[in-house]
Amino acid sequence: MEPRAAAIVGAAETTELGRIPTLSQLQLHADAALNAMADAGLGPGDIDGVATAGETPASVAHYLGITPTWVDGTAVGGCSFMLHVRHAAAAIAEGLCDTALVTHGESGRSRVGVSRFGGSPASLPGQFEAPYGPAGPPSMFTLGVLRYMKETGLTHEQLASVSVVQREWAGLNPRATFRDPISVDDVLNSRMIAYPFRLLQCCLVTDGGGALILVSRERARDFPTKPVYILGTGESVETPMISQMEDMTSSRAFRVSGARAFAEAGISHDDVDHVMIYDAFAHLPIYGLEDLGFVGRGEAGPFIAERNTAPGGPLPVNTNGGGLSYMHSGMYGMYALQESVRQMRGIAPAQVEGARISVCHGVGGMFMASGTIIMTNEE
Amino acid sequence: MAYEKPVPVPTPETQDFWDGAKRGELRLQRCDACAVVIFPPRPFCPKCGDRSVSGFTASGRAALHSYVINHRPPRGFGDEPYALAIVELEEGPRLMSNIVDCAQTPEALTLDMPLEAVFEPITDEISLPKFRPAAGG
Repeated sequence: MEPRAAAIVGAAETTELGRIPTLSQLQLHADAALNAMADAGLGPGDIDGVATAGETPASVAHYLGITPTWVDGTAVGGCSFMLHVRHAAAAIAEGLCDTALVTHGESGRSRVGVSRFGGSPASLPGQFEAPYGPAGPPSMFTLGVLRYMKETGLTHEQLASVSVVQREWAGLNPRATFRDPISVDDVLNSRMIAYPFRLLQCCLVTDGGGALILVSRERARDFPTKPVYILGTGESVETPMISQMEDMTSSRAFRVSGARAFAEAGISHDDVDHVMIYDAFAHLPIYGLEDLGFVGRGEAGPFIAERNTAPGGPLPVNTNGGGLSYMHSGMYGMYALQESVRQMRGIAPAQVEGARISVCHGVGGMFMASGTIIMTNEE
Repeated sequence: MAYEKPVPVPTPETQDFWDGAKRGELRLQRCDACAVVIFPPRPFCPKCGDRSVSGFTASGRAALHSYVINHRPPRGFGDEPYALAIVELEEGPRLMSNIVDCAQTPEALTLDMPLEAVFEPITDEISLPKFRPAAGG
């Protein structure tokens, strides 16, 4: 796809984040979508493309009163929205729609209007993982980390520093759930969840939503906000079973998606001013920095511990506080995208001065899927 | 007391694996064309696409590849922390399992420790492959 073929001209989260027992999950989609439409000066009648995950595109389109000519229901976990942005940009370039709406809403904490999911005992994960007692993402997503520590020398203290640095960013963000500073000792003394992971190394569980509106480059300047151009995109999937990853210490989906996005954007790592790496757990920025090629194998832990990604550091990462401190509804990718848009618009609470290029990298499932969106504010 | 943990339901593609486990054998497959070892079971090779694969019984020897010690057991898994492990079979594939006959602590569970398969009957039809520290290991 040609760089800058499409741009984000509307972006918003739900009016509130955190604990929202008064709204159903579908209404969280709608609240975010209406806010994004207001941001772009559009109404439902102006939208002709809908992409979403968690709910079906039909549910969201019908609820909002949209008659789409293009829909995408790709659902590969929390990075689904990165894939939606990629597909929307391609659909716009191809003329399948003119104005695409990507929505997310999730009643992750309050569970209002949420359908329960559970794997069949005849599925492969049902046969070959569930019998051994996986207790959700905290005990599964983290399974490769001891291996990574043995192979690279990553220390518990370096791993803990991920949470410390992101809390510093969250301290700069009034909408972040947790804002009080924490130390490495605080992290290492918090409650054990799944050794070696403790409470402060696991994401929040909150309610919220977000939405994005994309149009073609040609139309992008006709909207009230500064256009944010899609510069490069990537996506991939690996396995729905974490036990079957090719390498427990590196994500193939990250490597494929990231390399594709950088190639499409035609940029090098030195060109990047701002990075978002979906952090459901504290090891994800470590895997992400390495698998995207920002640092070499085994270098990400020391890189973070030495404050390279912290406020004032040369490579700001997860500047909203991330899933560890800002919010995490379950499918966090939308909030990473929102922060990249804010940074490119120049309106982020912890704004990176002069930032021109943002890399936004998402994970879906537990290293099951990946999507990468590179944005720029330069036409 | 009734067994409360999830019980696998075999499909036609995995029946041989579970029949083997019932007999105390760890069944894998090998591609007839390119010899790659395949797990989880399927009637083709994910490497070369050939539809001709043959089952064989693995040695049961393995090494502890990685793990977590889960402190929040789901229903049926008791109250004590336990290791959710990834073991690497001598033949190459990795699988999720539990480590038995071993303290569930970071001190006792050292990466790359040699393991051997054991089979725990959980229903009349299903025995679960688990792993214990290898004798003499």
